[in-house]
Amino acid sequence: MANILIYAEHLNGQVTDASFELIALARQLADSTGASVEAAIIGTGAGSLAYQLGGADTILVGESNELGEFNPQGHAAVFTDLITDRKPAITLVPYTSIGMDIASVAAATTDLPLVSYCLGVNADDGLSATCQLYGGKVEVDVQVDGDRAIFAMLSGCASADDGRSGGAGSEESIDVSVPELGIEFLYLTEPETGDIDIAAEEVLVAIGRGIESEDNIEEAQELADAIGAPLAASRPIIDQGWLPKDRQVGKSGLTVKPKIYLTLGISGAPEHLEGMRDSAIIIAINSDPQAPIFGVAHYGWVGDLFDFMPELTDRLEG
Amino acid sequence: MKIAVLMRAVPDPVEEFEIDGEDLDRDYLGFVLNEFDDHALEEALLLKEEIGGTVTAYAIGSADEVEQMLHTAIAKGADEAMMIGEDIDPLDAHSQAAAFAETIGPVAYDLVLSGVQASDELEGQVAMLAAASLGYPHMSVVVSVKPDGDGLKVTKEYWGGITADYRVSFPAVLGVQTAREAPRYVAVARIKQAQDSGTLASVDMPERGNEGRIHITAMRLPDTGEGAEMIEGDEEAAAEKVYEILSAAGVV
Ligand SMILES: Cc1cc2nc3c(=O)[nH]c(=O)nc-3n(C[C@H](O)[C@H](O)[C@H](O)COP(=O)(O)OP(=O)(O)OC[C@H]3O[C@@H](n4cnc5c(N)ncnc54)[C@H](O)[C@@H]3O)c2cc1C
Ligand SMILES: Nc1ncnc2c1ncn2[C@@H]1O[C@H](COP(=O)(O)O)[C@@H](O)[C@H]1O
Repeated sequence: MANILIYAEHLNGQVTDASFELIALARQLADSTGASVEAAIIGTGAGSLAYQLGGADTILVGESNELGEFNPQGHAAVFTDLITDRKPAITLVPYTSIGMDIASVAAATTDLPLVSYCLGVNADDGLSATCQLYGGKVEVDVQVDGDRAIFAMLSGCASADDGRSGGAGSEESIDVSVPELGIEFLYLTEPETGDIDIAAEEVLVAIGRGIESEDNIEEAQELADAIGAPLAASRPIIDQGWLPKDRQVGKSGLTVKPKIYLTLGISGAPEHLEGMRDSAIIIAINSDPQAPIFGVAHYGWVGDLFDFMPELTDRLEG
Repeated sequence: MKIAVLMRAVPDPVEEFEIDGEDLDRDYLGFVLNEFDDHALEEALLLKEEIGGTVTAYAIGSADEVEQMLHTAIAKGADEAMMIGEDIDPLDAHSQAAAFAETIGPVAYDLVLSGVQASDELEGQVAMLAAASLGYPHMSVVVSVKPDGDGLKVTKEYWGGITADYRVSFPAVLGVQTAREAPRYVAVARIKQAQDSGTLASVDMPERGNEGRIHITAMRLPDTGEGAEMIEGDEEAAAEKVYEILSAAGVV
């Protein structure tokens, strides 16, 4: 079988866990198909980070200061050229803020099918994958026509630690010249740090869109105070401006691993789960018995959070 | 500035889903605007208020799924709303992208805004595929779009709260995650007014190119009960149990 090509992303001098997960997944696929694994790393700092990708057989290094940390147009052009040149059977891209920009351009330009939201890929009998739809409420198996495709993988598709370990792949530098770009990378901005670091807390009370309005935050805060824990939240709560950005858990927020993570009115979209799945004990309160949060929770109660909150507050204070 | 916004109707996520073979049982499903597309529309309207121009909303889908959504866009301040064809395989992203590229390409928009992703898309990135066939640069996970000289200053979000700023020249396609302000509300009366006064323009679906090459062979509801021990009883029982868990963990 032809090779497997992965896109190794990095930001701020760090190769992400998602990239190591792809290496681990590619290794599993390679073991069953006899393929070789190639990992591409592109942009400022690529050269000095490449050694970390030793789990791949070949590391394709595209060091470039011109493109900056990440240029959606430039990086995608370089990676697309690699697909055209090296004709991988399987191309793996992380389904992240970076990978989303890469995968679609690559698919459109090379006219390869693109399968997104993938939990797993199988190459035993043609190419197939298992994917999530509707914010994780539905799971599907898909079969791809032909013998080549691009897969955008959700976080957790394999073990990052497996991808980090071992190997001594050889490095090869690649062409990073790109035509004139309409997008110019300016600078990165680090988040402002507030008074509370939710990643360091033992217990978190996390609220989601089920809280309905800003007025109801107070009641959740009372419960959190009774426990002695801060409030954390899913993205919609932060986007509404009801809680500060440093309370957001998930893909574009923070990753937390408290002893107890109590969710109130959070559905459990893959982007949220990514940030809290490894909490020691997850308790979910949600009125929808189909909510995907119950799939990762250790304890669940199907019901109205507005009935639940005052009961628990009373129990704690009483 | 001429702005196009791509809006997609998706099955209402709060409804209970039932599966019929390899698809959802669509007969009883309600359709709502994909949440990120609401942010894309908001950002377009904010830009129009700041520097002038026009906003056109586009949707592919059958009239009963998309009409309400397009009237709402007009009521909020869009200048025009267009329906492209009907009856399209919701999973065939390549044909949808081709349809957008062929319809919006000739109008030469300065900026095309879409939502960052749609909850019912498997192939992903219709808007981005369209951008590629138009030859426009694109960027997704955008959280702010501001006028900047003869172009735009755009903020993209990564993870852990890290963002990056970019300078983007026209034309471009941007996938909006969050608008600078929460999407505006509009009174039902205004939507009704838009419904009564304006007809929606429509264009035919262009010939399909590439048929979908991804086939769903099985669909299921994930086994959500797998991990969770479900607490039976009323809220009092639930509160008691959660209290016990907290005590046992030594945190209260
Ligand atoms: C690139 C990208 C990055 C993202 N990053 C993040 C991220 O970092 N963090 C994040 O959280 N999301 C993120 N998202 C968004 C994510 O896809 C979901 O939209 C979001 O997690 C949904 O939040 P929610 O669960 O609060 O809301 P919903 O999905 O709307 O769920 C609300 C839940 O509340 C329940 N409910 C309603 N009323 C009640 C009641 N009275 N009592 C009990 N339950 C009730 C409902 O049954 C439902 O399950 C990202 C999305 C994208 C595309
Ligand atoms: N059928 C459609 N009609 C209108 N807009 C769409 C359609 N499909 C995708 N889009 C737009 O493209 C964005 C990204 O969706 P997707 O790439 O399909 O996940 C959506 O948020 C919409 O803005």
